[in-house]
Amino acid sequence: MLATQAMLEQGIHVEGINFYTGFCVEGHTHAIRKKDKAKPKRNNALWVAEQLGIKLHIIDVIDEYKDVVINPKHGYGSNMNPCLDCKCFMVRKAHEWIEEHNFDFIITGEVVGQRPMSQRRDTMPVIQRESGAEDRLLRPLCAKILPATLPEREGWVDREKLFGFNGRGRKPQIALAEKMGISDFAQPSGGCCFLTDAAYSGKLADLWSARGERRYELDDIMLLKVGRHLRPRPHFKIIVGREEGENRFLEGYRKQFTHLYTTSHPGPLVLLDGKANDNDLQLAAQLAARFSQGKMAETVRVELHEKGAAKRELDVTPLTNEEIPVEWYL
Amino acid sequence: MSHHQLDARRMLCPMPVIRTQNFVAKLPAGDTVDVLCTDPGALHDIPAWCRIHGHEIIGTQEQDGELMISVRVGANSD
Repeated sequence: MLATQAMLEQGIHVEGINFYTGFCVEGHTHAIRKKDKAKPKRNNALWVAEQLGIKLHIIDVIDEYKDVVINPKHGYGSNMNPCLDCKCFMVRKAHEWIEEHNFDFIITGEVVGQRPMSQRRDTMPVIQRESGAEDRLLRPLCAKILPATLPEREGWVDREKLFGFNGRGRKPQIALAEKMGISDFAQPSGGCCFLTDAAYSGKLADLWSARGERRYELDDIMLLKVGRHLRPRPHFKIIVGREEGENRFLEGYRKQFTHLYTTSHPGPLVLLDGKANDNDLQLAAQLAARFSQGKMAETVRVELHEKGAAKRELDVTPLTNEEIPVEWYL
Repeated sequence: MSHHQLDARRMLCPMPVIRTQNFVAKLPAGDTVDVLCTDPGALHDIPAWCRIHGHEIIGTQEQDGELMISVRVGANSD
């Protein structure tokens, strides 16, 4: 937002690009979970573009992004976050976009030293090089402490009016925002990608481990964001809706998965991912019963819709908390 | 002027916006599109996208958990 405003104040025409990878936090959880209904439903990229009065192009990179997540050349951060590869990828895509649309250069809001992986003094040139953007990549917020880029050398941009921020602190940025008259802004310190989340990353690692290969589809990564995931056996896991919004979201996947729900008591929708024999289905039904309002009942009736088979009913005893090893929870 | 329908049901934002953006890019000014969605976030995001790009929201309807957002394609938009 600040980098864009700095360019606009120099009379430069700016348009925004927002890449959708499938791992973006915003826009999903609020749409699913009832408890998040009170949160603002704005898409921050759209909101920022509207505040600044610029156009915004949202680009679906879900398929192309898979290679970044599965084979990151520079490795992962503390979780499954391939931050440096991700930045190289996005700047490369932005570079392709500006070439196609006859724009002259790319700006980002990066600041030297702000991120431990992708915004270090030694990794920032890697992004320029590997993205192919080279010196058409300008970082207005820290340009003064970096070598001059093409737009600065050519005089398209006045380097003297750029900034020399560095480090993890946000005070200079907040002061600049105030000076620019910007009082409301999106979360300034990341947290916008599920891959930086330890619990989510653990579920993704489990998915790959169970499948014996590192691959995913959009539905896979969406489902990792929703429900309680338990893996009672190596060859199957269950996804249990935690509330009405999640149950409704999971309902959209009923045709793709074996699924169960309690009929004698109110309870969640449970999807079963993997191959399950009769014993496994019995166990899944007992787990469905455990997470229903019949968890204290002697017997709970569960309707089972096995993929490719007629529905059937099972009468089961709910598992107790003590009977569910903590290791089952992903 | 033609009228179109776009199905973005069961998609979570920003996919309905992306689908709308890509669909509208192929249409001339004045055409109208009814975008069908189920993600309530689309009620915020599609109008915001329209305001940014010079399109007009000509109506929204909600029925049985499904939303229909009607858009008129603006001139000078891309």
